[in-house]
Amino acid sequence: MSALWPTAIDWRAPRTWVALGTLALLLVLPLLAEFVSGDGADFWVKFATRVMIYALAAIGLNLILGFGGLVSFGHAMYVMLGSYAVAIPTEHGITSGWLHLVIALAAAFVLALVVGAISLRTTGIAFIMITLAFAQMLFFAAVSLKQYGGDDGLTVAARSDFGVISIAGHIGLYYVALTVVLLALYLSWRAVLSPFGLVLRASKANARRTLALGHPVFRFQLAAYVASALLCAVAGVLLANLTQFASPAYGAWTLSGELIVVVILGGLGTVFGPLIGAILLLALEEALPTLVEALLPAYKANWMLLLGLFIFLIALTLERGVYGSLPERARGRQQP
Amino acid sequence: MTTQLALSQLLNGLQLGVLLFLMAAGLTLVFGIMSFVNLAHGSLYMLGAYFGAATFANTDSFLLALLAAVAGAAAVGLVLDRFALTRLYERDHLDQVLATFGLILFFNEVIRIIWGPGSIFMQVPEALSATVELFGFAYPAYRFAIIVAGLAVALGLYLLIQKTRIGMLIRAGATNPHMVASLGVDIKGLNTLVFALGAGLAGLAGVMAGPIISVQPGMGEPVLILTLVVIIIGGLGSIRGAFYGALIVGVVDTLGRAFMPTVMRALFERNTADAAGPALASMLIYLLMAVVLALRPQGLFPAGSGATR
Amino acid sequence: MTTSALETVRLVKRFGGVTATDQVSLTVAPGELHALIGPNGAGKSTLIGQLAGELSPDAGDIRLFGQSVIGRPVHERARLGLGRTYQITQLAREFTALDNVLLGVNARRGGNTRFWGPARQDLESVARARAALDQVGLGERAEAQVAALAHGEQRQLEIAMALATEPRLLLLDEPLAGMSQGEAQAMVTLLRGLKKHYTMLLVEHDMDAVFTLADRVSVLVYGRIIATGTVAEIRANADVRAAYLGEETAA
Repeated sequence: MSALWPTAIDWRAPRTWVALGTLALLLVLPLLAEFVSGDGADFWVKFATRVMIYALAAIGLNLILGFGGLVSFGHAMYVMLGSYAVAIPTEHGITSGWLHLVIALAAAFVLALVVGAISLRTTGIAFIMITLAFAQMLFFAAVSLKQYGGDDGLTVAARSDFGVISIAGHIGLYYVALTVVLLALYLSWRAVLSPFGLVLRASKANARRTLALGHPVFRFQLAAYVASALLCAVAGVLLANLTQFASPAYGAWTLSGELIVVVILGGLGTVFGPLIGAILLLALEEALPTLVEALLPAYKANWMLLLGLFIFLIALTLERGVYGSLPERARGRQQP
Repeated sequence: MTTQLALSQLLNGLQLGVLLFLMAAGLTLVFGIMSFVNLAHGSLYMLGAYFGAATFANTDSFLLALLAAVAGAAAVGLVLDRFALTRLYERDHLDQVLATFGLILFFNEVIRIIWGPGSIFMQVPEALSATVELFGFAYPAYRFAIIVAGLAVALGLYLLIQKTRIGMLIRAGATNPHMVASLGVDIKGLNTLVFALGAGLAGLAGVMAGPIISVQPGMGEPVLILTLVVIIIGGLGSIRGAFYGALIVGVVDTLGRAFMPTVMRALFERNTADAAGPALASMLIYLLMAVVLALRPQGLFPAGSGATR
Repeated sequence: MTTSALETVRLVKRFGGVTATDQVSLTVAPGELHALIGPNGAGKSTLIGQLAGELSPDAGDIRLFGQSVIGRPVHERARLGLGRTYQITQLAREFTALDNVLLGVNARRGGNTRFWGPARQDLESVARARAALDQVGLGERAEAQVAALAHGEQRQLEIAMALATEPRLLLLDEPLAGMSQGEAQAMVTLLRGLKKHYTMLLVEHDMDAVFTLADRVSVLVYGRIIATGTVAEIRANADVRAAYLGEETAA
């Protein structure tokens, strides 16, 4: 009985246009890359796949950060977990992608349930620090996995085997990643507007009141936390396939920080924001070194200085994010 | 495993503990008073180490190196507080985390530009390069000096906070910032003072650690994360919590790394033990933190529970 | 004898050396509007915190409809039928008025683990939410954002949210706080209407309102209940006059 779209779409609103335009571009991106850069197309397809993977992880993080208002500074650990769920079985000759996926989801589910249950006993600043500390714990655990490469990481001999859905080629992997992103976007859109999402968003807006109305806020937050971890784990599975590599570095706290930047840059608490944020941040990280090299060749290696300043300024100035700043409705239209 | 070895590892743990306390004291006070999460606290530690190492290399005076590290880090802290962070104090924690995350990347690159990407070497000062005789075994004098100096600073901090007017304001500010503001105290000035004090202590920790670890870009991050664990275990905003938390984390981490593999080997077969031992050792303090949180979410010595009284 | 809607038995709460709640025994009978008054700092907020479950008492018992709720968390007490409003408005500010009330309706109706169908397409819930808004006179403002509501409207919304959970006992924490004369008048009329259908514990500063609405009044001073009785009895009570009313007329 429920309609295909969870809410009425205003087809004339700037947000709608940006979202649709972006999706259209992403759909034809491999063609476009072939047309524009010919032999260099592979680079762009791989780059776009990385953008999709970041976007997927950020869509996951956004569930808990943007809608639940809980700042998890450790979500990279689920990405890392997902990548090892590909690398370690492959090392032992298990190449089935479906199995990799099941392992990744099961492991992330258990870990998120435990970490979430402990971390959610705290709020605010303590929650930030605890999630960070747990991620570090897993990071060190991966470093000490000497039989699986330890600090150096583990190469993945061949991409996961998903049967008829071949991701052996770059374009195949790209479209799989894009499909997963679209599914995640649609799922989170529906979830956010559902009764579940209403309670989750209310717990961010006023946890005390939500509790006093009779909602067991903790359980909702935990469910959202676990769901967000699962999406990050899927991102990890894709990442290991893209780079054919798994490494503790995928769980580094800087990656957790980057994921937060992606969410904020796109627009906290908007469904589509994480995708826009991922595109913008990765494009910037690609452009900055080139830019610095052109202007100050001697400092090419130090482009992160500008990235650091950029992040600092975003935190100071950008309240609603790039996508979040776009009007939700066409000018002059009342709320439906 | 001899008693001597255990004792010297215990001292190593204490030494790590006092360094962590110097870090945690500043971070927890800044949090308590300004409700500000400063992830760039580790950068101040790194700056302290670099300032100290450079001064020591150029002047051969460790005393000057200490001074340069503390004053330099405090000065950077002062500038940060006044020009960059003031606007963030009123914002939510997410913005604070993000902004100071950006600052970490910034400072790491600044260090790379000035001192290069590799690590630089800092010598143990000559007067402390020998060993001291303790409980019948030899222990490096420099490490012992760190413990003594750290405890002395802790005592000084205790006196400052318990016995002076400034300390009274800091205590009051940590439990009830609005009350202090309504008393007509220059809360901005107090903030700056506390921030600079915390930065100076981080710088001191950095320079003292300089000769026993490698001074390199990014060296602040692992310490920052240990410090976060310390203040969560101790209780946010509580100096006493920071002290005990730091010693607990320092000792548990050091003893875990030293003896966990041996313990594991006694319990499990060699292959399992060799694989799991180091992993478990490096995870030990995080497990400890999880246990503390599960039992006492507010930490062992939460601020305002008499911890700051 | 019927079970009390709410009963506290020698409730004690200390903060350090201060006894904020001192042997408080209070009974709210089904159907009555029981008012709790007391000067500033008498410990009213502390008492309410314990009733709602946000604070845990050091000693004594709290019974909701005959059932002890000591140690039961806030949301479970709400499920037992305790609906409350706050002295300082506690709303989801970026939500519309309707969504705030919908949250209350869903708390009672359940089904909040559904994550697929949009909340707004549950027509039965939305209808109940609108009814609750109509009940407090906010029907017209259903789609307005909380931030855009006037102070008096926000106070009305507070009550609509509590009503939406279909409470068996309403705990109203200073519903008239910060209101203009006109707004206060309207609120008193609203409360008088609700009185017919709900059991209420009304904590209020406004004496005129209390004396027109209450069936019984309890007076809290320094954490102790110094008197409980009908409006006439309380007006006549010498202790109350000394501790409270005298102070009020002097001010």
